[in-house]
Amino acid sequence: MGILHSVADTSAGADASPAARAAAAGRRPDLGAGASPAADGPAVEITHLRKTYGSLVAVDDVSFSVAEGEIFGILGPNGAGKTTTVECAIGLRPPDSGTIRLLGLDPQADRDRVHEIVGVQLQESAFPAKLRVGEILEEYRSFYRRPADVTELVDALGLAGKRRDYYRSLSGGQRQRLSVVLALIGGPKIAVLDEMTTGLDPQARRDAWELIEKVRDRGVAIVLVTHFMEEAERLCDRVALIDSGHLVALDTPAGLTARARGGKRMRFVPSGPFDDRLLTGLTEVAAVQHDGRHVVVTGTGELVNAVILALHAAGITARDVQLDASTLEDAFVRLTGTRLHQNGDQP
Amino acid sequence: MTSLYRPARPSAPRGAFGQIVRNEARLAWRQPAGIIAGIGISLLLLVIFGEVPVFQQPSPRLGGLSAFEAYIPVLIAFAIGVLALTYLPGPLVSYREQGVLRRLSTTPVPASWVLAAQLVVQACLMVITVLMLISVSIGFFGASAPKDPGGLILAVVLAIAALFMIGLVIAAAARTTGAARGLTAAAFYPLMFFAGLYVPMQILPRVFQDISHFTPLGAAVQALEDSMWQGFPPATPLGVLAGYAAVFGFLAKRFFRWE
Ligand SMILES: Nc1ncnc2c1ncn2[C@@H]1O[C@H](COP(=O)(O)OP(=O)(O)O)[C@@H](O)[C@H]1O
Ligand SMILES: [Mg+2]
Repeated sequence: MGILHSVADTSAGADASPAARAAAAGRRPDLGAGASPAADGPAVEITHLRKTYGSLVAVDDVSFSVAEGEIFGILGPNGAGKTTTVECAIGLRPPDSGTIRLLGLDPQADRDRVHEIVGVQLQESAFPAKLRVGEILEEYRSFYRRPADVTELVDALGLAGKRRDYYRSLSGGQRQRLSVVLALIGGPKIAVLDEMTTGLDPQARRDAWELIEKVRDRGVAIVLVTHFMEEAERLCDRVALIDSGHLVALDTPAGLTARARGGKRMRFVPSGPFDDRLLTGLTEVAAVQHDGRHVVVTGTGELVNAVILALHAAGITARDVQLDASTLEDAFVRLTGTRLHQNGDQP
Repeated sequence: MTSLYRPARPSAPRGAFGQIVRNEARLAWRQPAGIIAGIGISLLLLVIFGEVPVFQQPSPRLGGLSAFEAYIPVLIAFAIGVLALTYLPGPLVSYREQGVLRRLSTTPVPASWVLAAQLVVQACLMVITVLMLISVSIGFFGASAPKDPGGLILAVVLAIAALFMIGLVIAAAARTTGAARGLTAAAFYPLMFFAGLYVPMQILPRVFQDISHFTPLGAAVQALEDSMWQGFPPATPLGVLAGYAAVFGFLAKRFFRWE
């Protein structure tokens, strides 16, 4: 296994944990729903999860944990085992082995209590065609002891004008948004969203992202299955890459992209010759290579600034500076050897 | 590991069941095929028979009842049969097919509450139908009032229970709404034959009557007939209905799948 085989959350320690960040920003007092548990442990803790369908191993030895106030992404191509993972996590499917704890509760043994604190958006779900949106909301709201503010949720996702519409008359995107509202309607402490923004137009997607960030700011732990890189980069505190049932990497989006490339990479043409040690001595620089007239420097952190300043101090100017910003998509390709989207699979 | 989160009572709020019943009732109203078939057709047949003078003549072949009177229990059984065998399994199977039940099972409310709500709504429709059939036949067509109202209520309740459980077994056995429709048709027409919908059982050879008494709708008609014209129904039809309710109830519980 390569450098990126990190099942443990080692890298998360580097950045302050999301929960700690949230606390520091003073935005945790309102926990949203229910009596607030004295949660020192993670909101979601999955260890060595394994799930097979007959002879097909859909999920194999997947472990991760999600803190309160964290948005945790699960990223991977179709058939990777993302849905299976989260359906085991919420108790819809019993795992073959491994343990799952949601705020300390076992979703198989403590079904009733788990269902009160976990809000779910399933990848595929439907509601009766001839019910109105408002009636579905009313019904689902009645299931919970301390429901969220429905008007706020409905407004945030632009469904306010749709309350009197039949479910059957909603577009795919509107159904999807309703399903997100219903996942949050019980004021959950953990929200599990399976492909929340698939089928949404760009504006609706941004609305959904904003809502999720707002909910996260209340201390809710969010598990977000996605196959949109942009979504993971913009929204997630940490991302698990899953491929063929295996956890390939687990890191912050920035950490993943950086590590996939061994960091950042810049190319430039120097105004004159210089000693490589000028740059290799810098903490930001990992390697210096020459490519014809070009110099290629790889490293991390404020790489460009450090390199340009060091050259400037030696009287050298860097021209034609190009910076390769590696993306999560690159990281994904590197780590799994597959592309996340087939050509033309973009929404 | 001890739980970090312990709500006081881990069950859904009380109002939830009422909300589900309300929505199921709305759906029954907005997709009125069930109401039309159950209430509408049975009432229409009642009125047609009531209006035909010859059907009002007492007939020795029908044990002194008029054809009209002989038909009232059959129409009650028809209404219960249509609702229980068609309009109970239909929504349940489509909810399962579409993932409605699966989504529900991730909430504090058990998916079985939807099934219970369906039973409540359908039972209300059945009771309304029975009351309408009896009051219209008495009020407009001069039928005599039921001899033993207590026995009639018992017969209706047992018939509803037996037919509900058969409907649930259809819902359990059918994977798709199409399959449910097929099973319903396969069950409904023979059962209605033995209930005497097409031909009165009294004018058929003895063997048909014997079989009829051990079919759910045939037993229902027999129990209804007795309580309406004679007195408290005998043990056999009541026992047959209770037996169907128990056996099919067991099968439904054993084989019903939520996803
Ligand atoms: N109910 C099921 N029965 C059999 N195989 C399944 C079932 N659900 C999923 N699978 C298979 O398990 C693998 C993982 O599926 P899934 O968890 O849905 O992946 P993802 O959500 O990442 O697309 C796939 O190969 C899929 O075909
Ligand atoms: Mg999936």
